[in-house]
Amino acid sequence: MSGAAAFFAMGGYARYVWPAYGIAFLTLGGLALRSWLRHRASRKALDALDRRAGAREGAR
Amino acid sequence: MNVFAGLICHELRLALRQGADTALVLGFFVLAIVLFPLGVGPEPELLRRIGPGIIWTAALLAALLSLDRLFRVDYEDGSLELIALSSLPLEFAALAKCAAHWLMAGLPLVVASPFLALLVDIRPRAIPVLVLSLLLGTPGLSLVGGVAAALTLGARRQGILLALLVLPLYVPSLIFGAGASEAAARADLLLLAAFSLGALALAPWAAAAALRQALE
Amino acid sequence: MRYNSAMASRISRFANPGRFLQVSRRLLPWCGALAVLLILVGLYLALFVAPADYQQGEAVRIMYVHVPAAWMALNIYFFLALASGVALVAKHPLADVAAQAAAPVGAAFTFVCLVSGSLWGRPMWGAWWVWDARLTSVLVLFFLYLGYIALVDAFDDPTRGARAGALLALVGVVNLPIIKFSVDWWNTLHQPASVMRLGGPSIYVSMLVPLLVMTAGFAMLFLALLLLRMRSLLFERRARALRINGPAIEGAARRTDGGALSGANW
Repeated sequence: MSGAAAFFAMGGYARYVWPAYGIAFLTLGGLALRSWLRHRASRKALDALDRRAGAREGAR
Repeated sequence: MNVFAGLICHELRLALRQGADTALVLGFFVLAIVLFPLGVGPEPELLRRIGPGIIWTAALLAALLSLDRLFRVDYEDGSLELIALSSLPLEFAALAKCAAHWLMAGLPLVVASPFLALLVDIRPRAIPVLVLSLLLGTPGLSLVGGVAAALTLGARRQGILLALLVLPLYVPSLIFGAGASEAAARADLLLLAAFSLGALALAPWAAAAALRQALE
Repeated sequence: MRYNSAMASRISRFANPGRFLQVSRRLLPWCGALAVLLILVGLYLALFVAPADYQQGEAVRIMYVHVPAAWMALNIYFFLALASGVALVAKHPLADVAAQAAAPVGAAFTFVCLVSGSLWGRPMWGAWWVWDARLTSVLVLFFLYLGYIALVDAFDDPTRGARAGALLALVGVVNLPIIKFSVDWWNTLHQPASVMRLGGPSIYVSMLVPLLVMTAGFAMLFLALLLLRMRSLLFERRARALRINGPAIEGAARRTDGGALSGANW
């Protein structure tokens, strides 16, 4: 077996090792992505409300 | 002390008048135990091995059934506020409620267990230990369940939320209770008793804190 | 609209977060970058440098994900309980935000630990789930996390949810050692002939370093996600307050704290 193929085969345990790492990556990465998207959305919503409040304040 | 005893009596009188809770708990207990042999097969050897586990699991689930009503009825009709304002400290009121729950739900399970143990072919010699384990363990179940019931008061989907909260907290009782029928019974029974005593000391405080949150 | 003391107390509740938002804004990129770096280095060490186990072969590499995840799962719960204690006792305004932000991260690490443990157990002991002490304890911990998250979300009033969750976290952390003890007890009671320990025989230095690096990477990731989620929660709280109370509070806030809360500084 060539070097790369041997690496990916993981001594026969490939179908356990790679899904383990894969699910870890997907779960943590997915959480990070969701957290980041929520951060962006909440920031945008707050800015919009701030602007409206500021406009009303300025108009007084 | 009078108010405390009075509260327990009041709870018991209400429960006896309705009668539904104890019947529900016992009925579920019997049904659950009956279902297990139907599910795993009738071999006496197998049933004898898992018997105490079956009884304990069924007891746990049955005790869970009447928990969500523990404080909710009083909360909804406003009598919980009256109890909180009365001379009785809220911790004792919570304790009284848990005691009433044990008398109406836990104790019947203990009493019924010897007969149901025969259904799962537990040897008569092993039955006293099983009954003792339930006697020592069910107060802990009522107390911890009371805390969870207080925490979920007024929540959406209180029933399933209560079950989710209480499941991890019931694990030690189940392990020690079901384990008590094995050879090293004394250690398990002592641990079970220790857990119930610890719950007796701590649960009323936690439940009262949760009730105060609900009443604010 | 006149500025009165009722408004002052509400504003002071928000005034503290302003500082946190400024600090976290600067910290966050560094934490994130450090997390990525440490995890990449850890992955390299785990997959290429670390030796295969003579008993378990290459499958032992799962340990470098499973064990750090287990460690994070447990420690994040302690953090959750600590923050909850501070929230209930000291009533620090950021404490319950920290707890609520940490919970999903802890649950995610718990999930990773459970799945990787299952995948590790399958080639080793032939079953997709092994009821060994660690996996079972982590499973119960998973339910503790889910219960906390569900409870906080179950109330229409977010304050009630936060306080109930905090109390539940404290109840949970008191029970956690008891649960762990009982699961260990149960495991020794029903111990099969072979020793079921998903830890490997002994830890050599060559195995320890990748483990530590991965753990540090996960810890940095937790910190980064914690700060990120806390910021989101604070923004959402503020938005909710603005919608309910209207612009009066915003105007009063601008006048009293010199605009520390205005968006530009976040």
